[in-house]
Order: sequence, then C-alpha cells, then structure tokens
Amino acid sequence: MAELRQNPLVEIEGLKVHFPIHAGVFRRHIGDVKAVDDVSLQIYEGETLGLVGESGCGKSTVGRAVIRLYELTDGHIKIDGRDISHAGADELRPMRPAMQMIFQDPQASLNPRMTVSAIIGEPLDEHQSLSPSERIARIYELMDQVGLNRSFANRYPHEFSGGQRQRIGIARALALNPKFIVCDEPIAALDVSIQAQVVNLLEELQKKFGLTYLFISHDLSMIRHIADRVAVMYLGKIVELAPRDDLYADPAHPYTQALLSAVPEPDPEHEAKRQHIILEGDVPSPSNPPQGCNFCTRCPKAMDICHEIEPSFHAVGDGRYAACHLLEDR
Amino acid sequence: MTEITPAPDTDLRPPRSQWLDVWDQFKTHRGALWGMGFFVVVLLAVTIGPYLWTIEAQFIDIRARNQGPSFAHPFGTDQLGRDTLSRVLAGGRVSLAVGITAMLLALGLGTLIGVIAGYFKKLDGPLMRFTDLFLALPLLPLLLVIIMLFRDTLRAAVGPETGIFILIVLIIGITSWMQTARIVRGDVLALKEREFVLASYSIGTPARRMILRHVLPNVLSPIMVSATLGIANAIITESALSFLGLGFPSDFPTWGRLLFDSTDYLQQYPERVLWPGLAISLTVLSVNYIGDGLRDALDPRIRGR
Repeated sequence: MAELRQNPLVEIEGLKVHFPIHAGVFRRHIGDVKAVDDVSLQIYEGETLGLVGESGCGKSTVGRAVIRLYELTDGHIKIDGRDISHAGADELRPMRPAMQMIFQDPQASLNPRMTVSAIIGEPLDEHQSLSPSERIARIYELMDQVGLNRSFANRYPHEFSGGQRQRIGIARALALNPKFIVCDEPIAALDVSIQAQVVNLLEELQKKFGLTYLFISHDLSMIRHIADRVAVMYLGKIVELAPRDDLYADPAHPYTQALLSAVPEPDPEHEAKRQHIILEGDVPSPSNPPQGCNFCTRCPKAMDICHEIEPSFHAVGDGRYAACHLLEDR
Repeated sequence: MTEITPAPDTDLRPPRSQWLDVWDQFKTHRGALWGMGFFVVVLLAVTIGPYLWTIEAQFIDIRARNQGPSFAHPFGTDQLGRDTLSRVLAGGRVSLAVGITAMLLALGLGTLIGVIAGYFKKLDGPLMRFTDLFLALPLLPLLLVIIMLFRDTLRAAVGPETGIFILIVLIIGITSWMQTARIVRGDVLALKEREFVLASYSIGTPARRMILRHVLPNVLSPIMVSATLGIANAIITESALSFLGLGFPSDFPTWGRLLFDSTDYLQQYPERVLWPGLAISLTVLSVNYIGDGLRDALDPRIRGR
C-alpha cells in the first residue's frame, strides 16, 4: 500500500460537528453536544481506513459529515481535491456520485415500498439518463457484482435476509461508480457467518474497482482484517492513528491499549494468563467534556498535566500519530 | 463469495409495473371487490339512472302522494307525490359529487400541509399553529357567516346550483383537512429520520423528488383511511347543512335532505327514511371496504399473503 500513500483522496481538517442543545420555555441555546471535535484525517486512494471506538464516540457522525449528510460546525473536507465543506445542495449534487455510503441497518436503509430494481436504479435515475433497457442492464450488472440473483429484481426488501439486504445496499452504493465509500458499521446488524461474506464482498469490490473505504466499526477483529490503517476515536477526537499492523502489535495510546486488551483471545490458556486493562467509570458526556485530555477521567496512566492541558495530535513514529502527553517526547 | 449462481435468463421478467401487483392484491380482497362493485353500481345508477327512470325528481303528482312501493313508484312517493326513486337517484348525484370533491379537497390540503410541515423543519411551527387555529374555529358560526357572505355572490356568478355546490364543497373541504394534516405530519417526521431517506439524500435527491418517491408512498396508509372516512363525513355534513337550511334549496334533492324530510313522517311511513339511509350507509360502507383493500394492496409487506 506504500506506493498509494502519496495521493490523499479525502482530506479532513479540523472537522467539528456540534449539535445544539435547546432547553427551557424559549428553547434557548444552552450548549452543544460535541459529537466530533477537531478531527483531522487523510484517507489515501485505494486504502481502507478503519475507524474504531466505543458507542457514542462520534465515529458515525464523522462518516456522515465526511459526505456532508450533516452540516459542519467547523473545519474543511476535501474529496478528490475539491472542497465540499460548505457547498450548498445544488453544488454538492454533481459531486455526490463520487462519494457513497453503506448503512448500518440494511432493514432501515431500504425503502419498503420499492422493488430491488427501483432501489438500485434510484441513483441511476438521479444522475444518469439511461434508456429503460440500458438501465435494467446496468441494474442486472450491479446485482451480479454483489452476488444477487437477477430474478430478485422485482422483489421487495422484506422478502430478503439481512445479508441479502446489505448486498442490495452495496449495489446501490456502487451504482454510480463511486471512488470513496463510507461503510457505516455495515456488518454490525448481521450475524457472524454473513459478516464474513459481506466483508469479503467489500474487499473483492475494492480490488476490482479500486475503491477507497472509510470503514466504521466497533469490531476490532474485523477492522484488523479489512483495514490498512486504523484510527481510534474517543469522545469526538481521534486518539491514535497508525498502520494496522503497528497498531495491533504495539498500541501507543493508553485507550488503544485498553481497547485491544478487551478483544478476546481464541486460545483459552493464553486468554487466562493475559493481563486485561479494565477501564473504570463511564464515558463523560460529549456536551461537557473534561478539561485537558478527554480520556484523563478514565486513563490508568493519567498524570497531573493530563487534567490541565489538552494533548496535541502529533506524529509518534513512522506514519503513526497519537494524542497523549506520555508520548510527547517520543 | 458468489455462491448464488446467476439465474437462467428465462426466469427474468422485466420489472413490472407496481400497479399490476397492486391490482392483483386488490383482487384477492373480497370485501374490497364487493365494495368496488357496489360503488360502481351506485355511480352508474346516479349518472345514467335518471335517463332510464324518466320521472322528474321535482315532478309533483299530488294525487299519488304518500304511496308505498308499487310498480309505478318502486320506492313509493313522498307527501307531495314526488317519486322517491328518482329523487334518490338525483340526490345521489349531488351527494356523491359533494362527498368525493370535498374529500379530495380536504385530503389534498391536509396531505400538502402535513408533508410540508413534517419535512421542512422551519415551516413546521407556523403550519401546525395554523392547523390548530382551524381546529379551534367554531364550525357552525363560521358556516353561517361564510354562507351569508358568499352565497348570493356565488349564485349570481355561476348559477344557483353550481354556486351552492362550490360553496358547500369548499366549506366542507377547508374545515376537515386538519386531522389528515396532523396524522401525515407525524408520520413524515418519523419517516424523515429513516436511513433510506438519508441514503437518498446522499445521492443528492432534491426535496421534491424525495417527497414523491420516499415520503408520500410511505404515508399512504393513513391518507387512505382519512379518505374513506372523509367521503362519509362529507356526505353527512352536507345533509346536516341542508337540514339547517344552509345547503341546497329545500326542493333540491340530496340524500341528506331526503333523509331529514322523511324523518317528519317516520311514524306514518317508516320505509321512507330507509331509501336515502340505505344509500348513504351502503355507499359509505363500500368506500370503507375499497379503502381497506387499497391500503393492503399498496403495502408490499402485506401483498402476496
């Protein structure tokens, strides 16, 4: 992957997405849920960037903000060299085909009143003017690519299993030949055997079409399988970003270490001997993050400085970045 | 990965129109078919019937008054000797026309306001307060005022019968759209957060097509229910208006008018209330069944069961 590194397809700089909280009789603005607070990332062409973190840390919000499903509070997003951070709906429309999304819940992401061919054909109707025969040929081609039987074209989403529905969602995302696909926990709603099928399908399609993925998941083993680089999020910020093998072999940030120690080991003897890092307490509220480092309230290695000064997100070695005071002199 | 082998091409049929599927499902709903059959018969009877049963609805034959059913007058005659069958047929024309147009108007208005309020966050507050305003209006005084203000102007402009028809349809339409609007708005609000709407947004679908393609088809069920109830409601409101003397002129037959005229003679000639009463209730029942069948047929999850 090293040779592809040169060319960032997606550049995220200082991304902030805050959701306002209104309360009281006059619906006054009393604060913000800082779902994403100052995230900077680059996603290189052809790579899979895994984004992990616990529930509520803002990873889905990052995914949705990147393709501008949410309005940004601050920051810049460049896709393929074009700044889309503040583009209006009309301006975004011609850029939409390049960036697509695969959703978490395959049941909810398909309109129950549309047939499979109508669902897969929707992006074609919106962005291309195909004749009816060309359109149906393209739909069949897409169905073949994701391993759906062509005779399913006239069926409705409720007639399919979860894995098949997710394939329909993938076919829809592929319809416009995108370069960049945000996979928002595409396997979280599926059972394990189907998860493998869908992940393999995604990898196969990536090879075939040279796709770039932002793969959002809380499943560390799945990320290890699919991602080239991994970003770890905690409370709206990225705490560590590193190539996959480095991250799994030698996690630098205390949060990453704790996360990885929670992944169960298949070998029971080894598992019994392993030292788990158990985090105490709960994640602080994103509307009221702690002073200093976001992780200082739960960090087993927290120092005085952690409670006062926010650590910067800095390089800690070859292609590795982390935000921790412990690593600052490394 | 592709453990599913491509189907032989003989198995492929081009995507078929959704309306054929809808019709197939509709046909399996026995009540809906009966309802539709009856409704068509009623429609034909009130449109073609007066040409076949040629006694004038207004023709007074005072010597034949208060008769029971006979070959000359199958439904009998009223206190002025007017033929009840021809009056029911003529009245059905007006009642059905009022019912259907007023329902369409109320439904269109209610759906429009509901969808816009639910979909566009900024318009939600103003439009819903507007709806509340209409809900809070006292209906009867409003009707009196409207009719007093506009009846004569409209009559002069487009003729006495068309004038009062337009007036009644408008009145019923603009006073009965609020429930539809509230129900539709609630459904749209829930629907807007669904991921398929987000998915459609992510390919850049503009609001207009989003509403037509994703929102409206999914709020069809409550709209359908409102529609079937709306027809019944409109027919009954029209009769109430006629009864109050605010509707059509007293010699002009509508189902509601016939019903109220016959109630005076309920003791002596109880069969006389039967005909308009039956016509109203059976029509309303058949429309309800049609709506029921349509709602099932339009939902792909129920279709094919």
